[in-house]
Amino acid sequence: MSPELILFLVLSLVAIAAAIGMLISPNPVYSALFLVINFSTVAVFYLILGAPFIAMAQITIYAGAIMVLFLFVIMLLGAEKLAPGKVLPYQKPLAIGLAIVLMVESVYAVLARNPSDAEIIVPTEAANSIDAMRDLGIMLFSDYLLPFEVTSILLLVAMIGAIVLTKRAKGEQE
Amino acid sequence: MVPQDYYIALSAILFTIGALGVLIRRNALIIFMSIEMMLNAANLAFVTFANTYQHLNGRIIAFFVIAVAAAEVAVGLALIVAIFKSKHSIDVDQMSSLKG
Repeated sequence: MSPELILFLVLSLVAIAAAIGMLISPNPVYSALFLVINFSTVAVFYLILGAPFIAMAQITIYAGAIMVLFLFVIMLLGAEKLAPGKVLPYQKPLAIGLAIVLMVESVYAVLARNPSDAEIIVPTEAANSIDAMRDLGIMLFSDYLLPFEVTSILLLVAMIGAIVLTKRAKGEQE
Repeated sequence: MVPQDYYIALSAILFTIGALGVLIRRNALIIFMSIEMMLNAANLAFVTFANTYQHLNGRIIAFFVIAVAAAEVAVGLALIVAIFKSKHSIDVDQMSSLKG
């Protein structure tokens, strides 16, 4: 086993364990913290894959901004102790069965049915340099200029939407 | 060397765990986190293909996905807060006011 493969297996084990921990922990605060671990391991994967900019964006936006927003809302609502409501009795086993079928099917489709002999290219020093970042920026502002501008409008709309949704109506008391 | 398929399989597994979270949890916040994880799994596949084909497109798409996820979370959490104000619960089973 090459060191790269061992690194991959250990990191993927951490990522999957954190994902399952997010899924089964009863307290949303723990779920959010498990999700931070998951996002951080995926960021390390991005570094291994030679995408340092995406890895840093992942850390700052996902693990930083989004999860802090989640934690704020969890603590704001004080809803970490949600009483278990009435649920359909067959829903959980059915969902787990279907998810296992989906997982086996998709992994089979990738690994056995349609294998690719491509291998991960270990990033050279050039991939982590400023020049590579400059190429990404030039591409973002030339080929992808329209999607980039549309994204800025989307963020503006989301900002206005969030303000409108949480604003109290005129004269409304707390 | 690590084959590309391993990364794609990991992405599929993370996506499935996210889908399972949407199905079995009733807390709206956890469902939201599961959706984030599914987006993240898709991002991992994009960046993997960007690596093996040595092309920047996959990375740029992953960047856009992160931006869209941020916008989605802002609106979604505002919706959850608004629902909590009127119903005092974020259990998705309680949000059945339109049911006849």
